Amino acid sequence: MSAAPAPGVGAKAPADDSARPVGQSRWTPYALLSPGLLWLSVFLVVTTIMLLPMSLSSGRAFSGDGTFSFDWQFANYADAWTQYVVDTPIFQKSLIYALIATVLTLVIAYPLAYTIAFKAGRWKNFLLVLVIAPFFTSFLLRTNAWQTILVDTGPVVSFMEASGMLSVFHAINTPDSWPSWAQIFPEGLSAENRVLATPLAVIIGLAYNFLPFMTLPLYASLERIDVRLIEAATDLYSSAWTAFRKVTFPLSLPGVVAGTLLTFIPAAGDPVNPALLGSTSDALMGNAIDAQFKATGNYPLAAALSVLLMVVIVAMVAVYVRRAGTEELV
Amino acid sequence: MSTITIDERRAQALAQLPPYREPGIATRGLRWVRAHLVQFCAALALLYMFIPVFVVVLFSFNSPTSKFNYVWNEFSTSAWVNVWKDPEITDSLTISIQVAVVSTIVATVLGSLIAFAIGRHKFRGRGATNLLIFMPMATPEVVMGSSLLTLFVAAQQEGSLGPVTIIIAHIMFSISFVVVTVKARIAGLDSRLEQAAMDLYADEKTTFRKVTFPLVLPGIVAGAMLAFSLSFDDFVITNFTSGQTVTFPMYIWGAAGRGIPPEANVVGAIMFGIALIIVLVPEIVRSVRKR
Repeated sequence: MSAAPAPGVGAKAPADDSARPVGQSRWTPYALLSPGLLWLSVFLVVTTIMLLPMSLSSGRAFSGDGTFSFDWQFANYADAWTQYVVDTPIFQKSLIYALIATVLTLVIAYPLAYTIAFKAGRWKNFLLVLVIAPFFTSFLLRTNAWQTILVDTGPVVSFMEASGMLSVFHAINTPDSWPSWAQIFPEGLSAENRVLATPLAVIIGLAYNFLPFMTLPLYASLERIDVRLIEAATDLYSSAWTAFRKVTFPLSLPGVVAGTLLTFIPAAGDPVNPALLGSTSDALMGNAIDAQFKATGNYPLAAALSVLLMVVIVAMVAVYVRRAGTEELV
Repeated sequence: MSTITIDERRAQALAQLPPYREPGIATRGLRWVRAHLVQFCAALALLYMFIPVFVVVLFSFNSPTSKFNYVWNEFSTSAWVNVWKDPEITDSLTISIQVAVVSTIVATVLGSLIAFAIGRHKFRGRGATNLLIFMPMATPEVVMGSSLLTLFVAAQQEGSLGPVTIIIAHIMFSISFVVVTVKARIAGLDSRLEQAAMDLYADEKTTFRKVTFPLVLPGIVAGAMLAFSLSFDDFVITNFTSGQTVTFPMYIWGAAGRGIPPEANVVGAIMFGIALIIVLVPEIVRSVRKR
């Protein structure tokens, strides 16, 4: 980041009052920013960049002398490609599970955020507290609780089975004739009489875990909408649905996209839900990276997998920033 | 073409309408649901959010028949009585609380400073700053954890993996959440209050101390609470940076394979209760004072 302050920051009064600093000096913002940003730079940016040389190194943590040497091992990427894309579609699975979970989260979170923003009245703060309240119980315990909720003999699974939902989900599968890289749901989205240890359980868990991360940005952008715009639409004879489709929803798009980023990307790399709710064939990228680091000690291959995931993330964030700028990100 | 008055036209139109009937209970019920469909869906979403919490609390009162606490057997308070007798739980809880306290303090200070810079100042590099703050929230934890481990390995610090490296990691991912929370509070601040203080001859320091800071404080407290719960709850990143140290989430993870005891649910229920008290008591006090 450039250390040079904007010309005349101290001298010229800013255009709007809200940006008027109390203690105004040209160096003040940089003094305030630098400790935190330095921490993030060292322990986030530098570490992420260091994945690159590691992904091109050779060596193992738990065998040989346990050290790594940087020698342009592009073979790590070839290995990652054959093992996690071609032979078993773990990379594609991660993206598809995360995509379904994100759509589900958006559909569930939107009415909630809309209600809090427009219909809650004096209950607004209380409802916002409720949205983050589940955070305060250990998320491992909450994820584990889904094992109880979705237990094979329980009411939820019985209802889904009796209503035929499970048959439908089970029918959604990738045919055996498809090549190995396309086998996303080889056994179907769920089993005929079981949800646990199927892709459906993992997706339910992912959607559950990231619900607050979708709800809060949605709420933030809905709350900023000038209600008079919606009133103007209805005054001009638009139906409630048309007003929503043409006014409210487009204006909430920054929140939709921010929430999507905050849900999709972490979900694609989450190792906990697949491990606790899925079967071994539901292992996703998070589990693969975790296993290569922790079990195999193949840090270079794990780093290559992380880099692959980061490429997707950086691409998605870049598209968002080009369209909407950075001001609404945080 | 014959001309008719507006009243005649109206009478004709009314005559063509079917006679008015009071809508039945089913129609009215359907209308009510349609009018409140959004709220109804919101209630379902909240239900989805809270069922697992409810299960966690409920099963802290279960007396499971096997090691696995998945099926309800019978009501028992034994887990609540014995929760502090299991050294694995108390030790891991102690470490988690120590880590969370230190990382919360540092992250809250660093994050609040950034929030004041973003909310109150104009500076170059705003876009880069926003991006840098967004990244920890949008990066998968596995990537952050593994890259931190890579850094510590490259710096030949594998031996020092433990509470310090956990705290470093927790500060890193908590800062952004503090920034977002505090920034929202600053953005909602009425800057005329500060101007009024200045007009009344308060200097900049006094204005900050007596007006700005007290107004932003609730946001800082909320940010700190979020940072504490994120740190206390983190498993994935901690798992990479902990070495031999076992935090409470890591204890649960280890126990998941051999069966999580109801005592762990008790800790989860207590944490939830404490957080609700901290959040709700000031709200209640405020509404009582208003009367």
